[in-house]
Amino acid sequence: MSQLRSRRRLITAGLATAAGASGLGVAAALASRYGLIPPDHGGIYGVGETLTYAAQRLLMFHHPLAREFKPSQISKVFPVNGEPPGSEIYQQLLAGGFKDWRLTVDGLVARPSSFSLADLKWRPSRSQITHQACEEGWSFIAEWTGLPLSDILTLVAVRPQAKYVVFFPFDESWDSLDMADAWHPQTLLAYAMNGQELPTPHGAPVRLRVARQLGYKSVKYLSRITVTDSLKNIGKGLGSISPEEGYSWYAGI
Amino acid sequence: MAESAYFPRLAIRSPDIGNSPRHSAAVRITHWITTFSFFGLLVSGIAILLAHPRLYWGETGSVGTPSLIDLPLPFVLVGQSGWGRSLHFLSAWICVLTGLFYVLSGLLTRHFRKNFLPEIGRSETGPTTYNVLQRLTYLTVVFVLFPLMIWTGLAMSPAIASVFPAVVTVFGGQQSARTMHFFIASLLVVFLVVHVAMVCLAGFTSRVGAMITGRGAAGKEHA
Repeated sequence: MSQLRSRRRLITAGLATAAGASGLGVAAALASRYGLIPPDHGGIYGVGETLTYAAQRLLMFHHPLAREFKPSQISKVFPVNGEPPGSEIYQQLLAGGFKDWRLTVDGLVARPSSFSLADLKWRPSRSQITHQACEEGWSFIAEWTGLPLSDILTLVAVRPQAKYVVFFPFDESWDSLDMADAWHPQTLLAYAMNGQELPTPHGAPVRLRVARQLGYKSVKYLSRITVTDSLKNIGKGLGSISPEEGYSWYAGI
Repeated sequence: MAESAYFPRLAIRSPDIGNSPRHSAAVRITHWITTFSFFGLLVSGIAILLAHPRLYWGETGSVGTPSLIDLPLPFVLVGQSGWGRSLHFLSAWICVLTGLFYVLSGLLTRHFRKNFLPEIGRSETGPTTYNVLQRLTYLTVVFVLFPLMIWTGLAMSPAIASVFPAVVTVFGGQQSARTMHFFIASLLVVFLVVHVAMVCLAGFTSRVGAMITGRGAAGKEHA
């Protein structure tokens, strides 16, 4: 009797384990198929990164907008982390008022292009007053003006196999976005802040603004944008400089 | 079984009831997973806090703006909070999933009703039942403090705020949510200290043993 029961238990446990394992396998395959696995999914912390990224991507299936604020809510202090790039080329462009600056857009696009600051400013702009939080805990609200990244992506004609848009600045702080954030209407190539030219420490001449992620995803001092279907061969293949320094690639939390 | 004496309703000995554990397997397993994940959350939460140990009220706050409280802690972990955040969110997933399982199983097995809801008109207490203060404390921790921790934590997420703006606006802003997250965490730490102190007072070995094996050595305890 008890032998029978323990055998039954063993079979039940075995079946449950098999079901659980195949369930996990199916979940992983589905997650991969629908782009729910972040590039820094490896290691023990990668489990948490993947759960957070997948859960938030599913919750944001309808592409909601980040909260926008009233002009009266704009902060009085706008702290920054880090220094402007010290490279000679950036310093020369800065000294020349960025007249010779070009933004290169290449990769999986039909029309690789490069844009001057005037080219970008000539296109229809969008202004939004949004909250920017640093992962350290502080935050501010500012008005950002620029052109939606989606406008540039349309212009260069992104190929259908594109999965990520990679941003290279004049320093090492490269980063990437998935297509959901790249096409999001609030994702800007911002050239103005609070109605003024983008101040140098805030990323002049043009920075990325990603409204639904923490501040460090909003790459400053942009130089080049590449559209790709794989992040494997860029840096250590983790999607941005952040995971190489111990931070998450996805910063929606 | 010695325990039966403490359950007047169960005075008639039956083998099943006499052998029923003091804590069910679900309670024991979730208790220890919660313990480890809470410890992970606490350590990583302190690491994150040390990147900016100032608290604000409202939507925004930074160095150069008035703070609500300047915690007497140094800004030591600037640029070092990456592991803190990763450990925090991994622990949070474990804690929340465990908590969900605990609450669902507690509702199904009537654990909360039997052990946590204060019973009006019954005053017997002993080492195997909880008094009114204990019951209310556990109910508050499970159904108020932990949910508020999750809520204020999610309110700090810009992605979650885009999906459910009310999670943050109800607190008056992202910085208010951060400040509340800190204070509710502090209350949970107070609970933890009192909880461990009471376990020590009631007999550390037998109480911790009961939470591991399920067997309450009530007879050996000083009630």
